[in-house]
Amino acid sequence: MNFDLTDEQRMLQDTLRKALATASDPWAALAELGVIGALFDEETGGFGGTGFDIALVFEELGRADVFLSMIDRALVPGLLLTAAGHDIADVIAGTEKLAWAHGELGARYDLDWVETRAVGDAISGQKTVVVGAEDADSILVTARHAGAANDQAGIGLWRVASDAAGLSLHGYDIAQGGRAAELTLENTPGEPLSPEAFDALSLAVAAATLAQMAETLGAMETVAAMTQDYLKTRKQFGRPIGSFQVLAHRLADMMLEVEQARSAVNLAAGHLHDAPVQRDLHISAAKNLIGRAGRMIAEEAIQMHGGIGMTEEYALGRFAKRIIMADHRFGDTDHHLERFIALRA
Amino acid sequence: MDLTFAEEDEAFRAELRDFLAEALPRELAEKVRLSQPLKKADYDGWHAKLNARGWLAPNWPKRFGGAEWGAVRRYIFEEECAMANAPRIVPFGLSMLGPVLQKFGSEAQQAHWLPRVLSGEDWWAQGYSEPGAGSDLAALRTRAVRDGDHYIVNGQKTWTTLGQYANMMFCLVRTDPDAKKQEGISFLLIDMTAPGVEVRPITLIDGSVEVNEVWLTDVRVPVENLVGEENKGWTYAKYLLTHERTNIAGVGFSRAGLDAVKRIAQRVQMRGRPLIENSHFAARVAQVEIDLMAMATTNLRIVSKAAAGQAPGLESSLLKIKGTQIRQEITDLARRAVGPHAMPFASEAIEGTNMTLPDPFDAGNVTGAYFNNRKLSIFGGSNEIQREIFAKHMMRDAT
Repeated sequence: MNFDLTDEQRMLQDTLRKALATASDPWAALAELGVIGALFDEETGGFGGTGFDIALVFEELGRADVFLSMIDRALVPGLLLTAAGHDIADVIAGTEKLAWAHGELGARYDLDWVETRAVGDAISGQKTVVVGAEDADSILVTARHAGAANDQAGIGLWRVASDAAGLSLHGYDIAQGGRAAELTLENTPGEPLSPEAFDALSLAVAAATLAQMAETLGAMETVAAMTQDYLKTRKQFGRPIGSFQVLAHRLADMMLEVEQARSAVNLAAGHLHDAPVQRDLHISAAKNLIGRAGRMIAEEAIQMHGGIGMTEEYALGRFAKRIIMADHRFGDTDHHLERFIALRA
Repeated sequence: MDLTFAEEDEAFRAELRDFLAEALPRELAEKVRLSQPLKKADYDGWHAKLNARGWLAPNWPKRFGGAEWGAVRRYIFEEECAMANAPRIVPFGLSMLGPVLQKFGSEAQQAHWLPRVLSGEDWWAQGYSEPGAGSDLAALRTRAVRDGDHYIVNGQKTWTTLGQYANMMFCLVRTDPDAKKQEGISFLLIDMTAPGVEVRPITLIDGSVEVNEVWLTDVRVPVENLVGEENKGWTYAKYLLTHERTNIAGVGFSRAGLDAVKRIAQRVQMRGRPLIENSHFAARVAQVEIDLMAMATTNLRIVSKAAAGQAPGLESSLLKIKGTQIRQEITDLARRAVGPHAMPFASEAIEGTNMTLPDPFDAGNVTGAYFNNRKLSIFGGSNEIQREIFAKHMMRDAT
């Protein structure tokens, strides 16, 4: 048993932390440093790809006060393209602008719910909250060519160019930073990538969920540290507010939840490449825990900061939004609780 | 023991419902239901309708133009207005300053300021909190120095809600820096259009622009704008805070919020069925509803006592804590209900922002409302301060 990072991982962590703290264009800086390669294994041209590598990168992204949609632009498209037998050198170099469109209105968080239809290679339907869609040169789109709305079989994957006929976007800001869009496709032509994409999608989304959890862990650590500092320095009634035992104990409870979250992420990372049932069981366990811990930490941090914690100008609020919004991606606490129960049965 | 309202109270409720159906503009109620930002004209318009009916100041005595209702009737009024998605009555002039002037103001002050509150001619802001004086309000440092028939005021106020609409501010200032901290404070009425007053908006994490910093630099305030006696302002402030807390439980807001959650959860689909049929989600809704049913009854117990002439004291701390916990839980449920559609986000603060967000479940600004309502447990005396008041009382005989 060994919970330590390797020397390479430690170097990567240091590099990332420095780059995120100083770079004016974090995406370009990370691409330049080759960080995206850490998300993929050597066979696909990367130098990592384990759950631990992914967790390490995203924890640093979460710790920093920047929002990069690396999950949506690199991690998920890279894994989907790899599974479809495509080269991802441009994804790893950070030069290819991609997005992926899977979620639908009726699906909520269910991965197998696809109503968008493909007839031949012409796709029609609606995809919802597609992160980074407006910036993408092409979008990986799932659609159903066979089966009922919630069958795992019959879901294929296509690549759709951003200027393809019949594709329209309604873009908007999202609360955690960045932008997303609603997509409407009307007989939109796509390049077929895979006729049966559900298994690849499940793995890619498991990796994305792990990445999201690690990012949330990083943000939780930052928020807890900011709260600790604030309790030491903010004075009311002539003393630091952290000298009030009731607040100090609440900070202790926050720290305890951060440690729980760290362990949950470790556990999920270690099982990312297990067989699907074991993989998803651990992902769901962790996502449920992080959803609960995240809400507690975000809300307690704002409460103990008081009004200042609610202002846009102060960084705490941005971290709190990222933490809370993480529960709205890849399944919330209830979704993963139900899935955990089903997989344990 | 009888849990029903008296016949005349139920008759009043029916009259009120008729009034709301007729007088409350539909578009305005929709804005409230969807947690969209209200503008000054929205509030002013609604205030004017209530004022025309004689219902704008439920708690004021009739001789000042109020409705002079008892606690039960006020409770019904607040509940029905909230359930109808009426805008809240902006409290600064009506629930805060009004009662202070009526109790401690001079006749001239009453005659001048009170009618202007009702007519909407003045919009009042509250100048209490400062960067260094939040929960510890008595630590405030804004200084007022007497200069002939004026005070010269210097300092900074913050968290001034809707201060961008205000032309007047009631303000706590330090007039005796050498006295014990509660004893050197005075209550001044400051013209916000006077030279030296600068209002700077603060954007909150939900993108709303509802609170402000107010900077006061050599602002000249005529001495006739001192309320009561110099250095007795803390007494008036405490009196005001008890009035701020009359509707602190927010039962009507919670009922309206819970209705909205159920409505959203009927529309959201999960595996081809409405979300409300999902047992986990239904359990979350039921849990809050059970808490709310009990809290509403706690509130009525306290209302009954108040109707019998006993002023609520410690109970208002209890209601503040429980009421805000429930309201916040409901905003959490609304955000949870819409799933991935909680992410679309518009900021009032960003010029030209795309306000036409996708809203497939007709849920409105649920994420903004969730973040915005974190304030409920912070303002008006944080929930920690409320617990402290309660705890101190319970431990008062401890040795």
